[in-house]
Amino acid sequence: MSETGRLAVRKTYKLFVGGAFPRSESGRSYVVSSSKGDFLANAARASRKDARDAVVAARKAFPGWSGATPYNRGQILYRVAEMMEGRRAQFVAEVVDADGVSARKAGELVDAAVDRLVWYAGWSDKIGAIQGAANPVAGPYFNLSTAEPTGVVAVVAPPFGPLLGLVSVVAPVIVTGNTCVVVASERAPLPSITLAEVLATSDLPGGVVNILTGHTGELAPWLAGHMDVNGIDLTGCDPDLARTCEQEAAENLKRVLRPAKTDWLADPGLDRMTTFLETKTVWHPVGI
Amino acid sequence: MRFEYAPAPESRDVVDIKPSYGLFINGDFVDGSGTAFKTINPASEEMLAEVAAADEADVDRAVTAARKAFESWAALPGRERAKYLFRIARIIQERARELAVLESLDNGKPIRESRDVDLPLVAAHFFYYAGWADKLGHAGFGADPRPLGVAGQVIPWNFPLLMLAWKIAPALACGNTVVLKPAETTPLTALAFAEICVQAGLPPGVVNILTGAGATGAALVNHPGVDKVAFTGSTEVGRLIARSVAGTGKKVTLELGGKAANIVFDDAALDQAVEGIVNGIFFNQGHVCCAGSRLLVQESIAEELLDALKRRLGTLRLGDPLDKNTDIGAINSAEQLARIRSLTESGELEGAERWTASCPLPDKGFWFPPTLFTGVAQSHRIAREEIFGPVLSVLTFRTPAEAVEKANNTPYGLSAGVWTEKGSRILWMADKLRAGVVWANTFNRFDPASPFGGYKESGHGREGGRHGLEAYLDV
Repeated sequence: MSETGRLAVRKTYKLFVGGAFPRSESGRSYVVSSSKGDFLANAARASRKDARDAVVAARKAFPGWSGATPYNRGQILYRVAEMMEGRRAQFVAEVVDADGVSARKAGELVDAAVDRLVWYAGWSDKIGAIQGAANPVAGPYFNLSTAEPTGVVAVVAPPFGPLLGLVSVVAPVIVTGNTCVVVASERAPLPSITLAEVLATSDLPGGVVNILTGHTGELAPWLAGHMDVNGIDLTGCDPDLARTCEQEAAENLKRVLRPAKTDWLADPGLDRMTTFLETKTVWHPVGI
Repeated sequence: MRFEYAPAPESRDVVDIKPSYGLFINGDFVDGSGTAFKTINPASEEMLAEVAAADEADVDRAVTAARKAFESWAALPGRERAKYLFRIARIIQERARELAVLESLDNGKPIRESRDVDLPLVAAHFFYYAGWADKLGHAGFGADPRPLGVAGQVIPWNFPLLMLAWKIAPALACGNTVVLKPAETTPLTALAFAEICVQAGLPPGVVNILTGAGATGAALVNHPGVDKVAFTGSTEVGRLIARSVAGTGKKVTLELGGKAANIVFDDAALDQAVEGIVNGIFFNQGHVCCAGSRLLVQESIAEELLDALKRRLGTLRLGDPLDKNTDIGAINSAEQLARIRSLTESGELEGAERWTASCPLPDKGFWFPPTLFTGVAQSHRIAREEIFGPVLSVLTFRTPAEAVEKANNTPYGLSAGVWTEKGSRILWMADKLRAGVVWANTFNRFDPASPFGGYKESGHGREGGRHGLEAYLDV
């Protein structure tokens, strides 16, 4: 009970799949505690079936999202940043709870997350110019290489940095036109669901980002082995899990981004975008 | 009308094949520790040479040599590395005829193709990447991108020397050293390339060539001293490699199989389309990962197109690969011929209708006549599996959307072809096709400046162009 004697209305934290907020079909949940050990919530513990449903939703969203103009995708990512800014106080409180940092530090991290989205939003209609090329072939041919999204990407979000880390792995995947299924930080999943509420109100089509909370070690291998997933970002996996997932990913030759030590406040570079881009080269004869 | 052609064989005298070959390690030819094997001419089944097989100890020696050479090779100014590559390119041009004949003898491909396609592209590839060696800071990978170290490279038998060029030229330009394993059935041009390295004065250990079969390749890929694995070959082996490097930190690029759709619309220039279809699937006996092995023809012109295509196939000349008039050479090995036969039998069993060009097959060697199947369903094995032979599966469609749906209905995504006179339709199709290379009103064109590589299970990474550098830089 608060000082005014009013009982707070708590939030139920559910999954985010296809633009909706379902509970896990398994009916399971798990206890999420603050960095001090206090009870925060019972988060949904997603199952294999939830992961598969999320892949279906992501696949369904892919043609529309990859076919949207880069300008449109950039505007939507910028809109996400706007919505996050409006919920700044809520995100700060959640980051303080999750990571035990000071409110001031949490504020910096939330600001960095918003700024990161703005940064990636601007890439939507520029990455193609950097990655594409008009190739000077030795013959009478028009020859053009362009960058295209890989498809459905599974993203294992980092366990720490539940907001900045999350935004830093999701934004580069979707800005280029991929859709994704995210396994949120197992120990601190709550900011991911608050982010889902932001995504749901930012004109982002349902299914472009799907967020699963639960046990990383349980969910990641299913996604790594899923034959309708085209790529996987293993950032949030420990070395053993990363190895297992990379082995599973070989089954349909997924593009794999391996885990690496990352300073989330540093300039991200292009790797997180380019890993999940394909180069398509089109030839046509020149003549009259 | 049938034209008679007098034989016009290219002379074998330009090549001097030794009775036996060793491994090329640290600048020297040395004996292999494995059981030596024979390489044969697939057009005659005559033995060409005995070739050493590298075992794990040989692999270790080669990787150690490459590691030792790496320090000074990577430290060499880019312009000096460039000059070595330019030298190699020039020597390849100087010895082009010899290499073309050697390639046709060992592989079975027509001399017209090895002479006019393979060899010019091999030299061009070295010229192209030579020029990058001192310009890497401008390639968009940072001011001073670093090489990876030792590259372990395993290549297939369909374009032996060209695949070697695709692998070695960018690797050396970026400052890596290499250990390369050519295919078991086509080692001879790679061994000739080892001599070229010696002629060019390339420092010992920068290029090492290990001959052998799958076990040699596996030992190379799994060697802990290898920093980069590059493989071109089947999706099946690509999967094994992707699995085996998991958790090792080795960088991997894979160029794997394909089942490309070659899509012909009713407004296409018919004669050009027919030539493109022939080039798409019968070039190099169909031993091409990006071959246009599924013909998707718009229903309204299917009959007319197939008549023209069959007429054209009737004029293809199959036979002696060294004959300058030959269009279709020998199948590379008995094993590959058996695979082609087994898949074509499945086509008949599953209910597709087979048509084979009537052409006499030589008595000796491995041959398969140009063949096409009509009435093919998308579920048939001949529409789903890579045959890697001169066999075309014909399907029809009515609308552009249906063509896209059928073209993309494959786990592969290496290439595709589109034939139509309508520009906006070409661009729409090119946009929708999930493939790394789209040839519009042409097919099977290659250039060192043009990135090549697949979507989905056709592998990852690109070879050629600026994109091809990424595979060999620590970025």
